[in-house]
Amino acid sequence: MEKVAEKVSADTPATAKTVLEVEGLKTYFFVRQGVVKAVDDISFSLKAGEKLAIVGESGCGKSMTALSILRLVPDPPGRIVAGSIKLDGKDLLKLSDAEMRKIRGNQISMIFQEPMTSLNPVWSIGNQISEAVMLHQNVSRHEAFDKAVEMLKLVKIPEPSRRAREYPHQLSGGMRQRAMTAMALACNPHVLLADEPTTALDVTIQAQILDLILELQERLGTAVVLITHDLGVVAETAKRVIVMYGGKIVEEAAVEDLFENPLHPYTQGLLAAVPHLAALSTQAGEAASRNRLKEIPGIVPALVNLPKGCVFAPRCPHASDVCRNEYPPYEMKQPGHGVACWHAGKLAGGAHA
Amino acid sequence: MGAYLVRRTVLFFVTVLGVSILIFGLMRIVPGNIADILFESSGFIDQVQKAKIEAELGLDKPLLQQYLSWIGGLAKGDFGFSYMSERPATAEILARLPVTLKLGGLTLFFTVLFGIPLGVWSAVKQNGFVDNTLRVVTLSALSLPSFWCGLLVLMFAVHVFGTIPIYSNEPRGVWQELALLSIPALVVGFRSSALIVRLTRSSMLEVMRQDYIRTARAKGASESSINYHHALKNAILPIITLLGIEASHLLGGLVVIETVFNIPGLGRYLVEAIRWRDYPIVQNLVLFSAFAVVITNFIVDMLYAVIDPRIKYSD
Repeated sequence: MEKVAEKVSADTPATAKTVLEVEGLKTYFFVRQGVVKAVDDISFSLKAGEKLAIVGESGCGKSMTALSILRLVPDPPGRIVAGSIKLDGKDLLKLSDAEMRKIRGNQISMIFQEPMTSLNPVWSIGNQISEAVMLHQNVSRHEAFDKAVEMLKLVKIPEPSRRAREYPHQLSGGMRQRAMTAMALACNPHVLLADEPTTALDVTIQAQILDLILELQERLGTAVVLITHDLGVVAETAKRVIVMYGGKIVEEAAVEDLFENPLHPYTQGLLAAVPHLAALSTQAGEAASRNRLKEIPGIVPALVNLPKGCVFAPRCPHASDVCRNEYPPYEMKQPGHGVACWHAGKLAGGAHA
Repeated sequence: MGAYLVRRTVLFFVTVLGVSILIFGLMRIVPGNIADILFESSGFIDQVQKAKIEAELGLDKPLLQQYLSWIGGLAKGDFGFSYMSERPATAEILARLPVTLKLGGLTLFFTVLFGIPLGVWSAVKQNGFVDNTLRVVTLSALSLPSFWCGLLVLMFAVHVFGTIPIYSNEPRGVWQELALLSIPALVVGFRSSALIVRLTRSSMLEVMRQDYIRTARAKGASESSINYHHALKNAILPIITLLGIEASHLLGGLVVIETVFNIPGLGRYLVEAIRWRDYPIVQNLVLFSAFAVVITNFIVDMLYAVIDPRIKYSD
């Protein structure tokens, strides 16, 4: 563990090497109604020890991106139809199933959204964590169990050796998510995919779990992809953000940059929809009822047989003919700040309107 | 747990008492007793002898008294005498018990051996070639009566080998006995394993949709570990329930198959005893079988608690 920590502090994220590189990833679902383009031509990269957030509404393809990286897309009906996913330069999509199993839980692991249902109810917590260890390390059952207890201690579960023998139903939601985290980190993965790890938890526990994940991430030097719909979580945790809409990346930027200068109308809408405590309190006295929280009109489109043009166009206040006819190219507007919008240049700074 | 066991024990006695009344009543409703049969259908004896036999066996006493003397005897460990052989009922039953136990055990063994793995396989390959083939086979197995399958097997053996394997009371060695019993056990087990295949399949499909299966995959677990270690342990509770029911129904299936294959076990003996209105044998055998059912249910309930940590018996 010490060695890993040294390695990370030695090279800062800016100069660190790329661990994960996703290029042109397309994950489609072939259903009776047509083809659902859940993930449609996505490219991004992740450096060692980096904290990347992927935001978007439900159904925008962010969870499917994570599942695609682990090659866990339910097949049928889903299939990765194009692209490459390179882990340390090795394309995961070209690996055999057996080789892929050695990657899962070992070099890339995942924390799921639902701690209540994501743990196997008939095996003890310790058993489930030590299974992850035994799958990837050549250790005895006994050593693996000791490692499981150590991991439970690391995620700050009190009385870890007693808890290790307990079953999921004996643990609270927060405890279970800690156990999931322990399981995901048991083999010191290079990449941790956290798919809305705090969504199912109550608010006081949410912060604890996030802090825990970030603390361990820094300690172990793991790169994190945090999938969330909560911009508050993004601001607190990530360094870089990818905004997804309709299975595509619509904007990517450093966190401060994105919050200060969102270029895509969808990002602007998302930011405008965040309730501001200051704004609410000043107006609370006179006209709170008139000051409705801003929203993005319309709903997320069903991703079956999408029309040509920008997916966001039907909901976009700035949509023009070109938007409705042709999908905008993804362009770097500023260093490290990319966006896919025909009107991105004109709209800069629009979030604060 | 203590209170639970007490309650189960009380229930056990209530069940056995109910069954004893039921079987006693049913046997008296069936027209005629052993003396009637000897007197009327065969003409072996005359009216006087008939009255004498009835008095000897106590069949002329009021029904309540007959019942009480049976139960009273049981309480003292006296199971009465067989009317047919005039030997103690216990001796008659115990003499036939081993072969039936072996046959039943073997049937359950085949049921589990084929039922569960094929069910898992069927679920894993849902709607594939294996699943569809197994669907046809299992549905056929469920619709074919086991006596018919048994006869078919016998006819097949005669046709191909010119002979049929006949069960003898003194088989040469364990393996030969096993081989001889395997054929009828497979015939009976065919149907029950088909049931288990269907149930295992649907139970597994239900479990394999669960989030924790995805978690297991994300951990890097192999497919066989996912199927058997992660999924089956969750899917097995209804399968155990059905196995318990099948075990209880086994005697019914064995009655037929013992007759078809001419095996001197309890099933065939029961039919014979009913035909001769051999009350002590029928009553004690049925009571014994009720006892076995209650014990089986208890074992099933205990297995629940062993397999699923969420199940606890208390209060």
